[in-house]
Amino acid sequence: MKQTQIHNEQPPRRYGMAIDVDKCTGCGSCMVACFSENNVPFKQDETDKLLSITWMRVYQLTNGKTFPHTEVAYLPRPCQHCAGQHEGHSPCVSVCPATATDYSADTGIVSQIYTRCFGCRYCMGACPYHARYFNWWDPVWPDGMEKYLSPNVSPRMRGVVEKCSFCFHRYQMARDKAYTEGGRKVQEAEYQTACAQACPAGAIVFGDLNDPSHAVNQIVKPDAHNHYKSGNPRAFRLLERLGTNTKVYYLSSREWVRRSGDNYRADEQPGMPGAAAQHG
Amino acid sequence: MSSHDKYQSHGDSHSSAKAPDEGAYIFLFFLIGFALSMVVGWGVFPTLLYSKKHQPFDFNHKQHLQIVDNGCQSCHFFRTDGSFSGSPRLAQCVGCHNEMQGQSESEKAFFEQYVVQGREVPWLVYSRQPDCVFFSHAAHIHGAKLDCVTCHGHMAASENLKSYEQNRITGYSRDLWGRNISGLKHNSWDRMKMDDCAECHARYQVVHDSSVQTGRDACFVCHK
Ligand code: HEC
Ligand code: HEC
Ligand code: HEC
Ligand code: HEC
Ligand code: HEC
Repeated sequence: MKQTQIHNEQPPRRYGMAIDVDKCTGCGSCMVACFSENNVPFKQDETDKLLSITWMRVYQLTNGKTFPHTEVAYLPRPCQHCAGQHEGHSPCVSVCPATATDYSADTGIVSQIYTRCFGCRYCMGACPYHARYFNWWDPVWPDGMEKYLSPNVSPRMRGVVEKCSFCFHRYQMARDKAYTEGGRKVQEAEYQTACAQACPAGAIVFGDLNDPSHAVNQIVKPDAHNHYKSGNPRAFRLLERLGTNTKVYYLSSREWVRRSGDNYRADEQPGMPGAAAQHG
Repeated sequence: MSSHDKYQSHGDSHSSAKAPDEGAYIFLFFLIGFALSMVVGWGVFPTLLYSKKHQPFDFNHKQHLQIVDNGCQSCHFFRTDGSFSGSPRLAQCVGCHNEMQGQSESEKAFFEQYVVQGREVPWLVYSRQPDCVFFSHAAHIHGAKLDCVTCHGHMAASENLKSYEQNRITGYSRDLWGRNISGLKHNSWDRMKMDDCAECHARYQVVHDSSVQTGRDACFVCHK
């Protein structure tokens, strides 16, 4: 595994999320917070959701049963920041012909450099989570709204792909502060994504999966020797069997919710350990 | 004899008589063409490529550094959140400039157009990077303990603000790609392209192999 040499801290950071589906009320605050934090463009007419850009998107799941047994769950979906079977083998990073998307072995974050992207959209085809979006038009902000854009996030232009960055600019700013205070480590509370902070139900927990003092590590209990599989029986990842080794973990006590994370056969257990070994 | 024949024979005699010189002419034309293209490529094009702009008024670093209390930090300082203040705002000037300090033209312009009207000065920033670039002064000043000269040259000793040259195609400042069109770099502050950042990062044995794609810094070190 590649390890970066920053201050020779071992192991490197691995930012990730634990989203409690049982707590999520589907209110959509995370989506709104994400839009405004990341200068995500929107159009006057957003009825065609295939053309909408939603870095964070809340999906509705149902157990498919009739009343009175119907149950509904909401599943917020940011970019999953896949590490793949060996660190950095994310589906999108491996197909990008322009090196516009990259995997950082230091933070585990998949980056997208908009000025480098030429819009071939291979990455969108490769992404199993529909987490990537194409800008079909230049963004048009309502009059005066340019003044409210965040200077810390570079706005996109027509013809490029964009996606959730785990609010990486907040990490950059937290690093600045840490440097000013003697080059210490960035603390858990200093780097939080906008969606995690906006969630009124506290369903989203964000932090370093490799740091035992971070809440996300305690919830997920990832097994570094087995593709960061969670040791929490409530946890599952989306399409885990593809071997994408994602950093967004979902939690639910309801089995039908856990099963909806992948296309399991009737006799299969959700999140079978080691099932990814056949890949890559 | 038809006029046509006459013309032809004339033409023949002409070409046979001048034949030995033709090669020299061709060479001469080649030389002229070559020289012209060099002049255009090295002289005219770069001049046309950049438009010159002037700062709102001139400013004298050397003079001010003799009177301020706190060196560079009187005007360029770190905020408590670790961000860098960059170009000064009026607040850093009005402590002294609440009334005219001298008689110079530039101070008059500053005083009348900005201080009196309470307007911020629209400084042109020579080192301004493209919007997609993230640069951290904290990392370089507090972390790497570099001095300002390494990247900005001898600003402290300057008595004038140079004119700002803007690339007409990209809109970026000339200081990013530098003045030397042969691409040679004599001083560490001559230019500040992506490769110049990366070159220095590689020299220091920190932050330089986190990218899975390039084996250098991850793009998200310097980009946002
Ligand atoms: C009295 C206030 C003041 C002090 C003190 C001062 N500066 Fe400046 N500095 C300015 C002003 C005004 C500008 C012009 C704004 C601009 O170009 O961005 C400037 C511009 C600069 C720039 C150019 C930034 C750019 O790329 O456009 C650099 C570099 C700089 N100063 C470095 C220094 C250094 C180094 C010191 C200390 C040795 C210093 N300054 C002290 C006021 C000051
Ligand atoms: C410590 C007090 C002090 C501060 C702070 C200060 N100045 Fe000055 N400045 C002076 C004095 C004194 C002079 C008069 C010099 C003279 O003409 O003899 C002067 C002269 C000037 C002049 C005319 C001479 C020149 O530099 O070309 C300009 C323009 C100017 N200041 C701009 C600024 C700006 C802009 C700032 C804020 C970034 C600033 N000053 C901050 C004291 C100060
Ligand atoms: C490692 C190189 C480096 C060092 C060292 C450095 N700078 Fe800079 N500086 C830059 C770059 C690059 C920018 C452009 C930042 C941007 O556009 O985001 C810049 C921008 C600036 C600006 C204009 C910022 C603005 O947005 O208005 C000022 C003023 C400045 N630097 C002053 C200083 C001073 C004073 C020091 C010394 C304490 C210093 N710099 C040290 C590279 C450096
Ligand atoms: C003269 C050398 C030098 C130049 C030029 C330079 N850097 Fe750096 N930079 C360093 C060093 C050394 C560090 C490591 C500081 C530390 O961690 O102690 C660093 C750290 C950084 C960091 C912080 C990395 C982190 O882990 O948070 C960023 C961001 C950065 N540089 C961006 C840039 C950009 C953008 C440029 C070009 C505009 C640039 N640097 C030019 C020497 C340089
Ligand atoms: C060490 C810092 C650093 C790293 C690492 C870095 N860049 Fe850059 N990049 C810069 C700077 C500074 C500029 C602006 C100056 C220039 O154009 O060279 C820039 C400019 C660019 C531009 C042109 C932007 C424009 O508007 O002109 C693209 C595209 C780009 N970088 C892509 C990437 C990609 C892709 C990666 C990762 C493989 C990457 N960069 C890594 C510092 C960096």
